Amino acid sequence: MPKDEYQSRAFNIVGTRPIRPDGIDKVTGKARYGADMTAPGMLWGAILRSPHAHARIKSIDTSEAEAMKGVKAVITRADFPKLDLDPGMADILDNSMAGEKALYDGHAVAAVAASSKSLAYAALDAIKVEYEVLPHVVDVDLAMKPDAPVIHAARQDETVPEGLSENVTSRSQYGHGDPEEGFKKADLVIERHFTTAATHQGYIEPNACLAQMGADGQGDLFVCTQGHYMVRDTCAEILGLEAGKLRVTASEIGGGFGGKTHIWMEPVALMLSMKSGKPVKLVLTRDEVFRATGPTSSSSTDIKIGMTKDGKITAATGTFRLQSGAYPGATAFLSAMCGFAPYDLEHVRTEGLEVMTNRPKAAAYRAPGSPMAAYAVESVIDELCQKLDLDPLETRLKNAAREGTKSAYGPTYPAIGLEATLKAAQEHPHWTAPLGENQGRGVACGFWFNFGGNTSVNLMVNPDGTVSLSEGNPDIGGSRASMSMMAAEELGIPLDQVRCVISDTGSLGLNDVTDGSRVTFAVGLATIKAARHAIEIMKTRAAMKWGIEPEAVDWVDGAAVPAGPNAGKFPPMSIKEIAAIAANTGGPIAGHCEANAEGAGVSFATHMVDTEVDPETGAVKVLRYTVFQDAGKAIHPDYVEGQFQGGAAQGIGWALNEEYIHDEDGRLLNAGFLDYRIPVASDLPMIEPVILEIPNPGHPYGVRGVGETSIVPPLAAIANSVSRGAGVRLTSLPMSPPKIRAAVKAG
Amino acid sequence: MVAVRLWGSLADLAGAPEVEVEAATLGGLLTALERDYPALKPQLDRGISVSIDGRIYNDGWSTPIAEDSEVVLLNRLTGG
Amino acid sequence: MSRIHVTTTINGEETDFLCEPQQTLLDVLRDDLDMTGSKEGCGSGDCGACSVILDGRLVCSCLVLAPEAEGRSVETIEGMAEGDKLHPLQQKFLEMAALQCGVCTPGILVAAKNLLERNPDPTEEEVRYWLAGNLCRCTGYDKIIRAVMETAADLRGAA
Repeated sequence: MPKDEYQSRAFNIVGTRPIRPDGIDKVTGKARYGADMTAPGMLWGAILRSPHAHARIKSIDTSEAEAMKGVKAVITRADFPKLDLDPGMADILDNSMAGEKALYDGHAVAAVAASSKSLAYAALDAIKVEYEVLPHVVDVDLAMKPDAPVIHAARQDETVPEGLSENVTSRSQYGHGDPEEGFKKADLVIERHFTTAATHQGYIEPNACLAQMGADGQGDLFVCTQGHYMVRDTCAEILGLEAGKLRVTASEIGGGFGGKTHIWMEPVALMLSMKSGKPVKLVLTRDEVFRATGPTSSSSTDIKIGMTKDGKITAATGTFRLQSGAYPGATAFLSAMCGFAPYDLEHVRTEGLEVMTNRPKAAAYRAPGSPMAAYAVESVIDELCQKLDLDPLETRLKNAAREGTKSAYGPTYPAIGLEATLKAAQEHPHWTAPLGENQGRGVACGFWFNFGGNTSVNLMVNPDGTVSLSEGNPDIGGSRASMSMMAAEELGIPLDQVRCVISDTGSLGLNDVTDGSRVTFAVGLATIKAARHAIEIMKTRAAMKWGIEPEAVDWVDGAAVPAGPNAGKFPPMSIKEIAAIAANTGGPIAGHCEANAEGAGVSFATHMVDTEVDPETGAVKVLRYTVFQDAGKAIHPDYVEGQFQGGAAQGIGWALNEEYIHDEDGRLLNAGFLDYRIPVASDLPMIEPVILEIPNPGHPYGVRGVGETSIVPPLAAIANSVSRGAGVRLTSLPMSPPKIRAAVKAG
Repeated sequence: MVAVRLWGSLADLAGAPEVEVEAATLGGLLTALERDYPALKPQLDRGISVSIDGRIYNDGWSTPIAEDSEVVLLNRLTGG
Repeated sequence: MSRIHVTTTINGEETDFLCEPQQTLLDVLRDDLDMTGSKEGCGSGDCGACSVILDGRLVCSCLVLAPEAEGRSVETIEGMAEGDKLHPLQQKFLEMAALQCGVCTPGILVAAKNLLERNPDPTEEEVRYWLAGNLCRCTGYDKIIRAVMETAADLRGAA
């Protein structure tokens, strides 16, 4: 078996719950987030944004703003270099600063840098933009119609069938078997249409950066992002810079959830710095965050599922339409892949369609594409169970995918943990706890892929024997803790002997974005390999000291020891003792790993929730919530639990409250936390996390990603509990009080 | 020869839900697909993921593929 | 623009600063006094990341004009630990992993400290409603509520 495959072992540090190394700075206010950095001579940047959902920009007059005292730079799209960019890169530039058209309410059209924040905003007021307002469309179904206003012409790829609006840019189809034949074998077939609203990732830290470009083409950028290498490479490409000359440092990051895997305003800050010759700090307001960054796609879905009266699914089909905002690139293909992934189906067919609208460019949001698909699929399965009088957990178990199942998206599964989550749910006291009037219990399953990807890690053994660990993925949920733990485990040294830092782009090889729940898996794998590399070097150094062959040295409990009686009799040589003779035995000791970690394991969860509906107001109270998820191996269980709980809370918000609301002119009406209401502490109960550990065969410790799967089941779990408690089945999210009240009144 | 399963849109372009190509590695597979099924080139250029025996790969050209490996092309995965 | 001279007490130390009349207390703390522990999550009093104590009262510093701090006492996250000695809430948040990204943490700690000073024995519901003005998007609040409840119990036991 290759050494990077899973091997069962006892752990000393992995699986314990130490205090995270970055914790002190975060509870004392010392940690530096995106907006917390300053530079000598720094200017303040601000961005002027379109008030129109769709408009041709006829002219921009910046002369008055430029003449203001203290204003050091004013830029429009005309200031950016005209390069031959591929379409995806051109879109990123156009989204950062509009070209011929403003494509959504909030699209950037100009920017300023001034000596104070108040002056920067005053200068924005002095910029005159003349617009020709164009017809707009924000609804995904309307945007697909042949007569819909077209956001961009000629962006369809070869997969799109004839007869649809040019706004439809891509189509994906998955599945196998013959669903029409399968439906004939069903005792009951249910077909439903579902919609979900666009929701924002809602990270509490607005996007922020500090840019400093020199006249020599060298620059520095301090930015809150999920991927500073991505920021470097993208900004360099669209600004015509060389990547090696731009050093990007990731700040502490105040939440991202996928929303900070993209470029929003970093090129604007760099351009303002270039033009002014000064460092420029650019911090978005909450209004700008809502209007111009991220939300996830709204969706429109058709699901049809057939079931026998004893609960076997005979066939299933789904069409998932996701709006991508003003540019191509939604994740409807992931909806089409994930929706039926939990089930073993003989006949299944799915279709994903991606549709442009006059909304901000859609961004990844935690398992992008999967929650809305699971909402629709799991709702129909639950309705089938209700109508056929079947137990919802038993029925899911009966149809559950397991090792050897051909998945709905094609491949055959290796060892997976869905059954384990369902069985754990059945055995949990929550499942049999009594319910009161207007209360219901819902369950739902969810699936997510998890990724690996490009990863670089350095592990340096310092002269005093302590260890410095460098990784290149922003720490969004405790990864410095988990990496330090894996390094200490592998080296056999106490945890406090390891300090992990997040390196800038100039100090460590490429690292892919912190996304796809990849970090604990891929960076963990690279950390373990870097530690093993350092151990090999240290064994060589001990062998040199002892005058024996390196092959005759083993590594046990943080020390080199002779391998067996024939190697000679020497006392163990600790990492400190080896570090002390490093200069005499060949120089500094450092292990490293640069790899494209592939083969991440897929992840499943089952959620169970009790809700109570107030029939008078339509308000839903979440009473009890339990998450059952396979983590492979929980390195730091506290932070695995935190991912389960946080994902569930975001899903609850998506199910009950959160939505982008536009007026008839396509303007966003609720661009603030008062009117876009994310769950607050008094909205939620405790969320019980149940961690299951079915080892991922592709990781030495068995780790699977855990960050995203937890947002997949809650939408349906809540809908199913409301249906069972209040007797109404809603097919449109969010299930806000007016909608539920109307449904209850209609009976 | 290795049997390669295609997702629906690609199956339409290639004319079959499963095609066979001569390849012993992921890199060889991509080269052979582009050569033998030029209609797939636009999607191959945009990027794909490949499931080999149930594990998903994106890039590694040297990833081995056996004659009896289960190979499934997938849309290029992205995450949050 | 003429600037206003303000004399105030921040974390027990008399401090003075010049500010523009429309500047918020949060802006002055962060941009002029280099106290960036208070965070701006919304600028409209909806998220609580900028929570400070003004003359004993919990407020969003983004909703307080800086000149209003004249002659008053401001307590921020920077004043919560005494030197190297963390406040029991800070210590408990670390031990119970009651933070993930940490950007809401200063505001939540300031708010929770103010709660426990007013009510040393809050129910879970009282903690949840007191902290309802402090948004956290990472944790689902579970570990935060538990950490506040446990700290309150510890402090009662020690008293």
